[in-house]
Amino acid sequence: MRELKLMKGNEAFAEAAIRAGADGYFGYPITPQSEVMEYLMAEKPHERTGMVVLQAESEVAAINMVYGGASCGKRVLTSSSSPGISLKQEGISYIAGAELPCLILNVVRAGPGLGTIQPAQSDYFQATKGGGHGDYRMIVLAPSSVQEMADFASLGFDLAFKYRNPVMILSDGAIGQMMEKVELDEQITRLTEAEIIKNTPWATTGKTKDRERNIITSLDLDSAKMELHNIHLQEKYRQIEENETRFETIQCDDADYLIIAYGTSARISQKAVDLLRAQGIKVGLLRPITLFPFPSKPIAELANRVKGILTVEMSAGQMIEDVRLAVGCKVKAEHFGRMGGIIPSPTQVVEAMHQKIIGG
Amino acid sequence: MSQITKEEIRQPENLVYKKTELLTDNPLSYCPGCGHGTAHRVVMEVIDEMGIQEQTIGIAPVGCSVLAYEFMNVDMQQAAHGRAPALATAVKRLMPEKFVFTYQGDGDLAAIGTAETIHACNRGENIVIIFINNGIYGMTGGQMAPTTLPGMKSSTSPYGRDVALMGNPLKITELIAQLPGTLYVTRQAVHTPAAVRRAKRAVRKAFENQKLNKGLSFVEIVSNCNSGWKMTPNQSNEWMVENMFPFYPLGDIKVND
Repeated sequence: MRELKLMKGNEAFAEAAIRAGADGYFGYPITPQSEVMEYLMAEKPHERTGMVVLQAESEVAAINMVYGGASCGKRVLTSSSSPGISLKQEGISYIAGAELPCLILNVVRAGPGLGTIQPAQSDYFQATKGGGHGDYRMIVLAPSSVQEMADFASLGFDLAFKYRNPVMILSDGAIGQMMEKVELDEQITRLTEAEIIKNTPWATTGKTKDRERNIITSLDLDSAKMELHNIHLQEKYRQIEENETRFETIQCDDADYLIIAYGTSARISQKAVDLLRAQGIKVGLLRPITLFPFPSKPIAELANRVKGILTVEMSAGQMIEDVRLAVGCKVKAEHFGRMGGIIPSPTQVVEAMHQKIIGG
Repeated sequence: MSQITKEEIRQPENLVYKKTELLTDNPLSYCPGCGHGTAHRVVMEVIDEMGIQEQTIGIAPVGCSVLAYEFMNVDMQQAAHGRAPALATAVKRLMPEKFVFTYQGDGDLAAIGTAETIHACNRGENIVIIFINNGIYGMTGGQMAPTTLPGMKSSTSPYGRDVALMGNPLKITELIAQLPGTLYVTRQAVHTPAAVRRAKRAVRKAFENQKLNKGLSFVEIVSNCNSGWKMTPNQSNEWMVENMFPFYPLGDIKVND
């Protein structure tokens, strides 16, 4: 029986993480995501489930605590917002290189630099193309509701452990701060040490006599071995693309035009679809749920049927590059967005569709 | 003079020393004459003698000892530069029954990782930090470290460390001893058999302290870097005694029981 509550997105994520059997959270305050750690501290998950919650001295320390915990096969997570996520990039690269499972929430705010605390989607490149150094990918989930903030906590852990890979939940200040009703899963029991040793035999749980020592590292000074490791990582990412692409289509069956948007922009675009259909224009919405892997195939298929595509992002246009790669030159694909923490209105999306696609 | 064969030497009655099984058979990557190998042995012998190999998780740094996991026969994690205390914090908090230690050099611990070091110590994490201070960045080719002495030459202070331009060496161990989270702070060396015995007692005390759950134990080992200092091993040890020890005096700095 799922429990129904009215919660902020950040709080729903925190509660869902406890219920998903998380072993440890390590974070550092930054607006607009501080409610995650505030909620966890208030809830005393150590008493509820034995989960560890620690406020680190920096984002850098927090992600490295995640590295240490993940190396032990524990379900560990951190959360931050854009400037803090930039600080975490070193640790994320090491985590990806050492193939460690973990969950990272980015409640995106506008940049660059300190930017502002208002919502944005301008960290798409950082999240989907690497961000830190080296050839690596995270699995990136994009929630568009408080419900998905909760649901993606357990989904994120499952994917992270399935592929031994960091998973980022790329949210934004609007989804993190807004309140909606949310159905919460029942509590999952945290794994015992025996279960961790069985499930993740690579973890540093202490060298017993029946096995060699376990080493967690991203280093190999032998270039030939390092290339093989990179080939292995790339094969894993192809496997993730094959198996884990997630998206939602709304009113696409009869659509003449298509909007592609994720997160908060998808919520606004859904309203724009209704307004355009009221004008007699058949518009559909494709909402990527995973940004890596990106739903290139369904977009390419829809590009065969529609007359034009508008992407809506709260950025200067980042996802549009992946959309254009998927579409090729089949149809026109244009970007509409606002920046600096401004959320576009549905009527602005309608106008952009007329100006850039239908009349353009 | 008659030739003594290896086989004759290896007779049980001649056996006065045996390498702990907690050191692997991998050839050490350290320069001949460097103190790292002895420091490794001291730490691993303590873990062996305490019988805690199965409960121990070590954290390797970036620097000369980046490959410590190749030599230490316990479960190991290799940290980003300076971040070892953050990893150790999480490991110990998530598995409080384990013994957790970091093994770090001066660049790692006292420059890029200063924040992680200070805060792990100040929180009183129940871990052991082994700090090898040789006053130089050895791995990258002998650059100036936070602990390089005034006037000391390195590849980035080729005319000697000018404190007016380059700042003062950081006595991070004295600084750490001021923090309420530390239980035991000591400075040792491994350049003579007597010093090795004292260092081993200090490392043993540090690991025993983990059982008390009363705070962090910090063991600095002042060591030589004959390659980086451009000296023979013997010269470097003499130079260390004459120059490093007056600035970094050996002995316990803080002992709380």
